[in-house]
Amino acid sequence: MTDAIAVSGLIKTFGTTRALNGLDLTVRTGEVHGFLGPNGAGKTTTIRVLLGLLRAEAGQVRLLGGDPWREAVRLHRRLAYVPGDVSLWPNLTGGEAVDLLGDLRGGLDGTRRAELLERFRLDPAKRCRTYSKGNRQKVALVAAFASEVELFILDEPTSGLDPLMEAAFQQTVREVSARGATVLLSSHIFSEVEALCSTVSIIRDGVTVESGTLAGLRHLTRTSVTVEAVEPIIGLAALPGVHDLLDEGARARFDVDSERLPEVLRHLAGFEVRSLTSRPPTLEELFMRHYGDAVMEEASR
Amino acid sequence: MSAPASAYAGTGRLIRLALRRDRVQLPVWIVAAVVLAAAGAAAVADEFPDEAGRVTALRGAGSSPAVLLMRGTPVGTDLGALVNFRNLISLLVLAALMSTFAMVRHTRQNEETGRAEMVGAGSVGRHAGLTSALVVVAGADVLLGAALAGTLLGAGMPLDGSLAFGAACAATGLAFAGAAALTAQLFQSSRAANAAAATAVGVDFLVRGVGDALGERAADGIRVIGAWPSWVSPIGWGTHVRPFGEEAWWVLALPLALLAACTAAAFALVDRRDFGAGLIPDRPGPESGSRALLSPIGLAWRLNRGATLGWVAGGALAGAGIGTLGPAVDEAAIGNTGVADLLDQLAGGGGAPLVNTLYAAMMNVFGVLAAGFVVQALLRLRSEEAGGHAEAVLATAVGRVRWVIAHLACAAGGAAALLVAAGAGMGLADAAVGGGTGVGPLVGAGLAQLPAALALAGFVVLVYGTLPRLTVPLAWAGLVASIAFGLLGDVFGLPQAVRDLSPFSHVPALPAAEMTAGPLVALAAVAAALAAAGLALFRRRDLSL
Repeated sequence: MTDAIAVSGLIKTFGTTRALNGLDLTVRTGEVHGFLGPNGAGKTTTIRVLLGLLRAEAGQVRLLGGDPWREAVRLHRRLAYVPGDVSLWPNLTGGEAVDLLGDLRGGLDGTRRAELLERFRLDPAKRCRTYSKGNRQKVALVAAFASEVELFILDEPTSGLDPLMEAAFQQTVREVSARGATVLLSSHIFSEVEALCSTVSIIRDGVTVESGTLAGLRHLTRTSVTVEAVEPIIGLAALPGVHDLLDEGARARFDVDSERLPEVLRHLAGFEVRSLTSRPPTLEELFMRHYGDAVMEEASR
Repeated sequence: MSAPASAYAGTGRLIRLALRRDRVQLPVWIVAAVVLAAAGAAAVADEFPDEAGRVTALRGAGSSPAVLLMRGTPVGTDLGALVNFRNLISLLVLAALMSTFAMVRHTRQNEETGRAEMVGAGSVGRHAGLTSALVVVAGADVLLGAALAGTLLGAGMPLDGSLAFGAACAATGLAFAGAAALTAQLFQSSRAANAAAATAVGVDFLVRGVGDALGERAADGIRVIGAWPSWVSPIGWGTHVRPFGEEAWWVLALPLALLAACTAAAFALVDRRDFGAGLIPDRPGPESGSRALLSPIGLAWRLNRGATLGWVAGGALAGAGIGTLGPAVDEAAIGNTGVADLLDQLAGGGGAPLVNTLYAAMMNVFGVLAAGFVVQALLRLRSEEAGGHAEAVLATAVGRVRWVIAHLACAAGGAAALLVAAGAGMGLADAAVGGGTGVGPLVGAGLAQLPAALALAGFVVLVYGTLPRLTVPLAWAGLVASIAFGLLGDVFGLPQAVRDLSPFSHVPALPAAEMTAGPLVALAAVAAALAAAGLALFRRRDLSL
């Protein structure tokens, strides 16, 4: 098996609401895969199906080569899960919760546990009811990363963490990835996904709208260009593939479809260019391209 | 306490919010009370239409300390007085529990869940939360009292007595609203605040019971005046109002004074403590989990430990209390057929020695308590699921069946321990005061109640596997129906076929009756079948989050 997760045509309905409408998701063994989508797109529902907590209505779902609904217990020994909203037993201490979750999964590494408690600055003697959201999140992270499993399923795992802890989280993900583990990272934080993930899937309204390597996705989209010349730059608006042109005479800012970039550069060569900057699209821009229209619809309502 | 008017800002809105949240729950409590009172009034008029019959029944019942403990003190011989004797205590307890739970729900629970934090960040004063809770609960108590008075008046009872009956219930509810307002300030979790206030209701019931059992009998051989312990109990104050007897209206001032004192103390605490804090700060706990915790059953036991130990200790104490009264029953009842008949009827008949009949009747009550324990313990399954804890556990290498069975084992084990403790307490106390029933037979009588509790456990698992979102109301409805069909079937005049639906109808009245294994085996088989069906359905359904 080369795919740790293979989902195709997944459908799940709650009452009259269709949460997943033919979703596809492929995560190859050993990769760190970003899973992006706005609130309510179906990320958590997909993850719960992968964990055998919800039953798929239609479609193929394979997890570590098995059926997540029927072989839940066997498969769960090989994975660790961090939910987006960690709720812990109020009268257990953080340390007890870490040990409990780790042990129910099949045991955890004591040295690694101590190291991670130190790294995430978590006091294990406090009762869970006294923890803030960030600290509850740390309990689940320590319990997950102290296990020697081959797959980590992380559902918005850093919501509530401060920037220092975000850095600690990224370091930890790199460590498990270096030893060959697979990671599915559902997230809202683009910089985090850009820093960690080699591949991403973007979903919307229960279907996958974009999937592939980050480099490949960037290729499909636009580049932002700022150019300044001695004389006014003319003729840009007429070029195919140029969008959102801001013409300030000798200075221009615009976006251009990546495949039209050579033509635009040829045109610019006819001017006495003083400075030229071009920037690949950020993941956020990629994301906004897919959801921008939805945001506009919301705003115009 | 003087506080600026701004401390009360937003109270009106919070009252409307609380009423909206309770629009089903509080009316259900009030309707249940009205049904109980109406059924009581109808049954009394039906069974004891003439004064002579009432005199015989009361003369008999009033001479038994055990009956006085459970039912309170007779205040007269007219129909209303018999309704008082039959229903007042249970309605006082009902009012107390309604007020307790509602009070904690609208104070500490809001704070614990973070709802109060969100609300408090708005234009809402520091006192608004507690004030709105007090207004809502007090309103519910007054409504309950008015509804009861109206019900009895409608059943043809005299005006004075009906009003006093309703007022006594309302005032007792108010007293416990105050007590719960205080415990909600003292404890950090709503569970602990509820447990403390409900324990206060239970202890209060027993203290009042001891006072009534030791009460002094008036010259007419009917009326009984409770001894001093019933004067330190808010439920006792309710009985001292003596509705349908010589009403003592001034006694109503006592629960109202308690409400005022508790409310003042609660407001003083609101002004002094930090948001979210209790009076007892959290101490650090162990840094790592002990071996005993690290399994599904270890976790289930940890979650149930406090409640289980409390129930078992309570069972042992209550059993011991009843055991000490046993031999006195035999002495008191010599030459009095009224008591014998009443107890015989309670225990399902059979003409056994009177003391054994009493023990059998009391064991029935413990059987109901054990069933209640099992229901509340198994409802953890639902709260763990809804609270997201089940998601975390079931995402590890723990299967659904193993997880449910861990909770089932804790519930069944706790119920067995409760029944053994009650039987042992009863037997040891009986032996200590010179009785001869023996520890062994009473422990056996206790354990004979277990299969009925397990049958309800099976029912809860079945409901949980099928209708997760309705588990809580359906589970409690199952218990209430079992009590109504089984133990009160004769009061409501239900046909035998309906009574047989209740597991309690099939438990042999040990130690008064002969032991018959057949029904117990059948109950256990029903329990196993229901639980197996529930588990199979739970494996097939989505987790409901």
